[in-house]
Amino acid sequence: MSARTRILPALVALAAVAAVLPAGAQQPATVKLGIVSFLTGPAASPFGIPGRNGAEIVIEALNAGKAPPPFDKVGFGGSKVEAKYVDEAGSAANVVTEFRNLVQRDQVDAVVGYVSSGSCLAVTPVAEELKALTVFYDCGTPRIFEEKPRRYVFRVSPHATMDNVAAARYVLAKKKNITSYSGINQNYAWGQDSWRDFEGAMKVLAPKATADKVLFPKLFAGEYGAEISTLLTSKSQILHTSFYDGDLESFIFQEQARGLDKRMTIIMTTGETAIWRLKDKMPDGTIIGARGANGPLARDTEINRWFQKIYTDRYNTPPTYPAYQMAQSLLGLKLAYEKAAAAGGKPNADAVAAAFTGLEFTGPAGHVKMALGEGHQGITETAYGTYKFNKQTKMPEIVDIVRFPAECVNPPPGIDADKWIAGGMKGAKC
Amino acid sequence: MLTAFAIFADGLVYAAYLFIVAIGLTLIFGVMKILNVTHGSFYAFGAYGAATAVGIYANAGWPAALGFLFMLAFGMAIGLVMGVILERGLLRLVYGRDEVIVVLVTYATFLILEDVIVLIWGAQSYAAYQPMVAAGNIEIGDLILSNYDLVLVALAAGLAALAYWALKYTRYGRLLTTVIFDRETAAAFGINVTVVYTATFILGAMLGALGGAVMAPKISVTLGIGVEVIVLAFAVVAIGGMGSIEGALVGALIVGICRAAAVHLVPQIELFVIYGVMALVLVVRPYGLFVRARPRKI
Amino acid sequence: MAARGHLVGALMFLIAAAVGPALPDWAVSLAAIAFANALVVLGLVVMWRAGLVSFGQALYYCIGAYAVALIARWTGFTDAVALVAIGGVGAGIVAALVGFLLARYREIFFAMLSLALSMILYGVLVKTESLGSTDGFSVATPTFFGLSLHGDKLILALYWLTLGIDAIAAAAVGYYFRSIAGALAAPIRDNEIRVEFLGVSVTGIVHGKVVIAGTLGGLGGALAALTIGHVDPAMAYWTTSGGFVFVTILAGAGSVAAAFVGSLLFEAARSIAVDVMPGLWQMLLGAVLLLTILFLPEGLGSLAARVGKRGEVKR
Repeated sequence: MSARTRILPALVALAAVAAVLPAGAQQPATVKLGIVSFLTGPAASPFGIPGRNGAEIVIEALNAGKAPPPFDKVGFGGSKVEAKYVDEAGSAANVVTEFRNLVQRDQVDAVVGYVSSGSCLAVTPVAEELKALTVFYDCGTPRIFEEKPRRYVFRVSPHATMDNVAAARYVLAKKKNITSYSGINQNYAWGQDSWRDFEGAMKVLAPKATADKVLFPKLFAGEYGAEISTLLTSKSQILHTSFYDGDLESFIFQEQARGLDKRMTIIMTTGETAIWRLKDKMPDGTIIGARGANGPLARDTEINRWFQKIYTDRYNTPPTYPAYQMAQSLLGLKLAYEKAAAAGGKPNADAVAAAFTGLEFTGPAGHVKMALGEGHQGITETAYGTYKFNKQTKMPEIVDIVRFPAECVNPPPGIDADKWIAGGMKGAKC
Repeated sequence: MLTAFAIFADGLVYAAYLFIVAIGLTLIFGVMKILNVTHGSFYAFGAYGAATAVGIYANAGWPAALGFLFMLAFGMAIGLVMGVILERGLLRLVYGRDEVIVVLVTYATFLILEDVIVLIWGAQSYAAYQPMVAAGNIEIGDLILSNYDLVLVALAAGLAALAYWALKYTRYGRLLTTVIFDRETAAAFGINVTVVYTATFILGAMLGALGGAVMAPKISVTLGIGVEVIVLAFAVVAIGGMGSIEGALVGALIVGICRAAAVHLVPQIELFVIYGVMALVLVVRPYGLFVRARPRKI
Repeated sequence: MAARGHLVGALMFLIAAAVGPALPDWAVSLAAIAFANALVVLGLVVMWRAGLVSFGQALYYCIGAYAVALIARWTGFTDAVALVAIGGVGAGIVAALVGFLLARYREIFFAMLSLALSMILYGVLVKTESLGSTDGFSVATPTFFGLSLHGDKLILALYWLTLGIDAIAAAAVGYYFRSIAGALAAPIRDNEIRVEFLGVSVTGIVHGKVVIAGTLGGLGGALAALTIGHVDPAMAYWTTSGGFVFVTILAGAGSVAAAFVGSLLFEAARSIAVDVMPGLWQMLLGAVLLLTILFLPEGLGSLAARVGKRGEVKR
């Protein structure tokens, strides 16, 4: 597919000349997927690129029929998978435009992608309108399936509420006598939601402890001197942060220069994306999350070893959680597709969506149950652990891993995550 | 008391950062009347260059102080090269056009350079923490301050003093002051304005890159760091008065202290502080704090 | 001369409207967003003629968009035409208030102050967690005089609505350019003190331009919100404003039509660039902008003028 064949129709149409477009010729032998994630901008390196790499390597393995069972059928139900990678960078208008282009111009069979919750929220109504099968892989907001039931939109990866509820549970299990906690989160939806869930869970689980310093520096601020001073004057035992990549690393460098981690234990809900790069610069004793049982927090199963190996062999670095989330999303979509294809012929979006609803399967990151949002939102177990840099092997290690069953840290079906936490997390099975 | 001291210390550190970032911008604006968006690229290239330099010296096992100087020199060398290329290759062509058009030329250059970073350094981020770690920290009461931050404050103060001395007491400085005040008259008196322009732009570019280089150890050097700095530097310069070095210093101090106070006392408003201060100052003093009355030309 | 210009303009809008049904949805949607953004660009053209550039036009764009989204969310009122009108008027009122402040400023200071104002709105929206902070929220599906449409019909209706409002705006701005206040733009740009000596209040004229541009910005934001179906605070961020200024320079201030063609070309170019050279589209956009400034100082509009009858479209 050369670039020119795509530019030409676009130009013709956009010059506002009525033209009959060459219909996107569809070969029955392939399944076309649009894979969207950040390829540029600050979110590319921590989330977008590992996500794209995960897609590349998994699709390659699937097309070769080399994945372990039950994923060993070639491609999707015998048809090779052809992927088109698109950058998520840009405004909501750009994201929606590119989504339409994928579905209507490139005629993909499904779109898998999106890191930013804003992108997911913007794409959802369009996907429903266009009846386009869409699987979100990384975005965290629970609002997608809480605002309205969806038909064509799915998310295999659990939403972000789980991360912060589990963080609170881990902290309280490992540290006795916590009287005070602080938080530093980026001043935008992700940071605000993370803190709200964490503080809510702490209020329920440890009503006597109080929140001391609640800081929301500007996104990508880069300089945290005043924040670190404020925290140094606090008596909190723990510090919650949902910082990632650039901001996380800047913060870690600056706080280490001033010894903050000697005063309080830092809990990083997305810390796992940074450990392979930071190595001994990540303070020992930091509590690390990976938005699920991903990466070093995943169970040692055959399929996990397989995924670790193919990814590490290709990219010379172990897969981080966005790669896991992408793999889980693609494998889930594959199973749903094959279930729908069992009826014969190439399944349409409705058939795949029906097969996807309520699906259960086990991937590299463990067992997924599409339990929430009327069978559209997955839940999995999750885990937290404590960071330790192994000086002999010069490799990061996660020790003291505690696993939390899916039903312990996710709301039961039919109740909004916020309300579940505020109402005392009733029905949690731990 | 502790809080008051912390606010003062943090404010000073932040002000030092702002001043180092803003001085090159205000210099170029003062002399050339160019609001230089490419300043963000100078900063980013300086930071990437410094990260590369730190990588080189960490592998070579040099002593930290030498490494620090090498890092600064490497960053500024990149600024020098970029300054020469941009001024001679591009800006020269648009002198005399509308100020706003020239801003857009620098904006376009900024967009291009953002992707050049990806081409040279790739999408991954870089770390250059070694100099900051090597500097260590000191404890004052409950507070622990990083010595590297203190070096930054000293550097900013040094730059301010140097700029003041250079403008007041050197030949080049006086020429510069003349051109800042009235370009045409200066040219009429035989000052080679073209040379002054070239020298100023290169100096500004090197200062921008220096800003990135000294910040590199504190931050994760990653895509998009230039964008954040542009608006920050613009705000400081607008508050102080475009083109005024002392203005940039006072603007940086005001913003630094206000921001530190906000973080310590009312963290909710931190996001607005800079723009709030800027809007407030501009309402009272439309052209910034330190700006001379301009002659009306009829 | 003006009459012929009107005729050509009207014809262009009619053709654009007529080809809509023949185009695939994704192209109609892209064109609708482009033509909505063109209104903001038109506002910038109005100001630029007097030498003023706002790096904060996203303020009005965002106000228009949020006005539409919030009214639909809180009251359930979804009539597209009325919502867009409210968005435009709302932004116009804000512009009128802000104008008392802004009209005193010129050059880079005008640009910087407008930037600061739009960034304050951005900060407020980011802080408003009940509206989803940076995630924003979705806009209810609009209705047309009680008629609720879906799928390709909805997109087409929005496209036509956008074109209709564009046509009205183009005519109104064309009329304004020929009025005394509009005609004084170039003299103000050249030497405002001389204009003052003529006994004209330059501040008043600039204030008027701020209001016109703000209203157009609000209309554009309102239409974009309906077409995209989602609003978020990034609509007020300075890079959004930068994008509009970019298109303005690309199009040039020469003619009203250039704003529309320029905006369409920009959206198309962006979409194609993202498609064929992902990761390098910023470089492409930057290069296009540079080349335009260096070789087409009056923008793409001047190209048309040069090819066609000299001066006719230009004045």
